[in-house]
Amino acid sequence: MPHPAPAVFAALLLAASAAGAGEIAPADRRSGFDQMGAETRAIQRDDTANPGMLAVADGAELWARPPAAGAPACADCHGADGTGLRGVAARYPAWDARSDRPIDLQDRIRQCRRDRQGAVPPAYESPDLLALTAFVALQSRGEPIRPPADPRLDRGRAEGRALFAGRMGQLGLSCAICHDDNWGRRLGAAAIPQGHPTGYPLYRLEWQGLGSLQRRLRNCMTGMRAEPFAYGSPEFVALELYLAARAAPLPVETPAVRP
Amino acid sequence: MRPRLAAGLALSLMAATARAEGGLRPYAVVGDAIPASLTGAPGDPARGRAIVADRTRGLCLLCHAGPFPEERFQGDLAPNLAGVGARRSPGALRLRLVDGRVLNPDTIMPSYYSLEGLARVGRAWRDRPILDAAEIEDVVAFLGTLRDAGTDAKP
Repeated sequence: MPHPAPAVFAALLLAASAAGAGEIAPADRRSGFDQMGAETRAIQRDDTANPGMLAVADGAELWARPPAAGAPACADCHGADGTGLRGVAARYPAWDARSDRPIDLQDRIRQCRRDRQGAVPPAYESPDLLALTAFVALQSRGEPIRPPADPRLDRGRAEGRALFAGRMGQLGLSCAICHDDNWGRRLGAAAIPQGHPTGYPLYRLEWQGLGSLQRRLRNCMTGMRAEPFAYGSPEFVALELYLAARAAPLPVETPAVRP
Repeated sequence: MRPRLAAGLALSLMAATARAEGGLRPYAVVGDAIPASLTGAPGDPARGRAIVADRTRGLCLLCHAGPFPEERFQGDLAPNLAGVGARRSPGALRLRLVDGRVLNPDTIMPSYYSLEGLARVGRAWRDRPILDAAEIEDVVAFLGTLRDAGTDAKP
């Protein structure tokens, strides 16, 4: 037994860092859908009852209609029914070579509106942007979330991970404290989910409407009494990059319904 | 008796660490406690109970359950408050409210009377603690009345 101590120490360190990180292994990842009551699950499952499908229908209309006279409609390039975009939402955010940064699905749609369709990009959380994003994401429903293995995304993903683990706000909490370390418990009336963005844009009963992942993140930040990041900020895209990697391979549920 | 000696030594090393933050009242940490009232006066248990039960002021019931039969949906991220006044001295409760990070840097309990080490505090909450000194004393006084883990526990 020359020097057993360093090996033991290393093993302890590994165990400690694994426990401290608290990341959820792929096989243990669960959608918030599984923690909802039977009634809310039934609303999401039934397309004729799911209020998010109204936005999808609006999105289908916008998809087919040119945003301005003489400008192409989405359908003119991507196909009439949108099925050509199957799988796209499952791999966003992705690297955008034109702007040299990661971009999420709603910003891709805004960029297309502006650069290729000669239109004013729809505002964040506007009915038009939510509807188009929901329509595009619906095409990936059931597809496993599959973040691209693009090394240019590594930096944003690492930034997102740091934001997820960092304490913020007057209450000094972090995303990880609830969603890695305490999911399944109750924060007041709310069952804490693992926090996987599987169904955005989604219909929240609390909102009585459709909203984006960024709106949800802003809600949580306000709950921690932190200053929320701005819509479309690089911080949110970084968080979205990390959250997608953290959620894989759960399937896309858009348009999900949540309490 | 060696463990007790060691504990005694640790306590004496920690003894009377004075802490003061800009705009907040100074206080002395002795061992695992802040023995003296932040205001110099005892708090009011009835006001303390109202703060603890109020989800926008004390926020306590978001994480803790406790003997509040009228309050639905109490959290379970943290120990039940029933009997906490028998388990902890007023001074120990005071330090855990003021800044539990002194005892456990990884605690998820917010530091109710500290502005240190906070990031991105929202505009509406900047430069003020979660509770003021008088409110801390009210909560300490109320928690001290929770003596019975058994009958306090279930609504």
